[in-house]
Amino acid sequence: MNARRHRSAVQVWRMPVILGASTAVGLAAALLADGAGDVISWLALGVPAIVAIAYALKNDD
Amino acid sequence: MVFLLMLCVTGLPLIFAHEIDHWLHDVEAPELSGDVGPASVDAILADARSRRPGDAVQFLVAEPEEPDLWYVRMGTSPLSSDMSAFYTYDARTGEFLYDYPLGRGFMDVMLRLHVDMYAGLPGTLFLGAMGVLLLVSIVSGAVLYAPFMRKLPFGRVRRSRSVRVKWLDVHNLLGIVTLVWLFVVSLTGVINTLSIPIFGQWQSTELAEMTAPYLHEEPVSGYGSVDAVLDTIDETAPEKALSFLAFPGNDFASPGHYVAFMQGTTALSSKLLTPILIDAGSAAFVETRDLPWYVQTLLLSQPLHFGDYGGMPMKLLWALLDILAIVVLGSGVYLWLKARNVGFESWLGRVEESRQTALASRSVTE
Repeated sequence: MNARRHRSAVQVWRMPVILGASTAVGLAAALLADGAGDVISWLALGVPAIVAIAYALKNDD
Repeated sequence: MVFLLMLCVTGLPLIFAHEIDHWLHDVEAPELSGDVGPASVDAILADARSRRPGDAVQFLVAEPEEPDLWYVRMGTSPLSSDMSAFYTYDARTGEFLYDYPLGRGFMDVMLRLHVDMYAGLPGTLFLGAMGVLLLVSIVSGAVLYAPFMRKLPFGRVRRSRSVRVKWLDVHNLLGIVTLVWLFVVSLTGVINTLSIPIFGQWQSTELAEMTAPYLHEEPVSGYGSVDAVLDTIDETAPEKALSFLAFPGNDFASPGHYVAFMQGTTALSSKLLTPILIDAGSAAFVETRDLPWYVQTLLLSQPLHFGDYGGMPMKLLWALLDILAIVVLGSGVYLWLKARNVGFESWLGRVEESRQTALASRSVTE
């Protein structure tokens, strides 16, 4: 194991916060505007979905 | 946990309820050549009443995406709790199009399991309580995330380790990625379970206040023309579209009034409703008042729970995130059982150990 040193709170929470913010933007955009709002929603909600699948299928071990 | 998994699984087909409905029940307005109509709504209502002479019309429902259709909801009484028929009419010709089959089919089973498990309001409130438990477990999962991830880079799944470690990593990854979405869908789901009490509160306070000055008046003998009521609505709120019209005697109206629930035409305002009170006898405008904050909250919770406000791509993403949530819950159950199993085994081990020491000490004393 090379990950002996502990990761800081910033390191641990950086990705979760980015993904959470993207989700929140995605949930709000289509509610606030049609057309462009819908497209922003699809992209922003697509980010966590793609990240989840990409990491779950990644062969890194 | 079983209930939460059931909610996620039954919710999956419900995301596409509208599309499945259209596919199963062909309720499209037929193609017509040239400009026809609009048809008289009074004639449509007379037709609906003649189909079920003992029943009452509860609501006249419109759908902005289907401007050529009217829906008539009927019940054995004007009260809103029971529905005996849901008819579709062509708004241009007045032609009867469809009698929606109520309480039947796969989607109805999914809906009832998801909404109240066939147990009415207590079932709904029970599922609401389950939703609160889900919110608590989401928060506790987020709290546990940091200690687990202190030694691992984001998203690392240790496949070469034991099955338990692999599923722990998958649970942590998918759980943290879907965290905000699942929290919002759970929270808005819990709010939706309170819709009957929320509307009940509005009915017994604000709606009662609006109609109170007219209670002493003689009950209207004959109801006026609904076409005239619709004209009044158009004059009063030309910038809004009718969502549904509650008929006199219904919980959403009063014995002497129609209440038209109007929706806006922008993305956000189309999710909110404004009630307009209309005199049942003269079809004259009486009063309009914005809904209180708690009803507005409920109304905004609906799209955020259903995922039906951003077209088909949003529904597909909703379904994908729901499937990920099912994996999170399923792996959560697995890890919980596994942890208990281990605990149980070590507990058994400890029991065996103390028995051995007891036996040993006894043999020493003998």
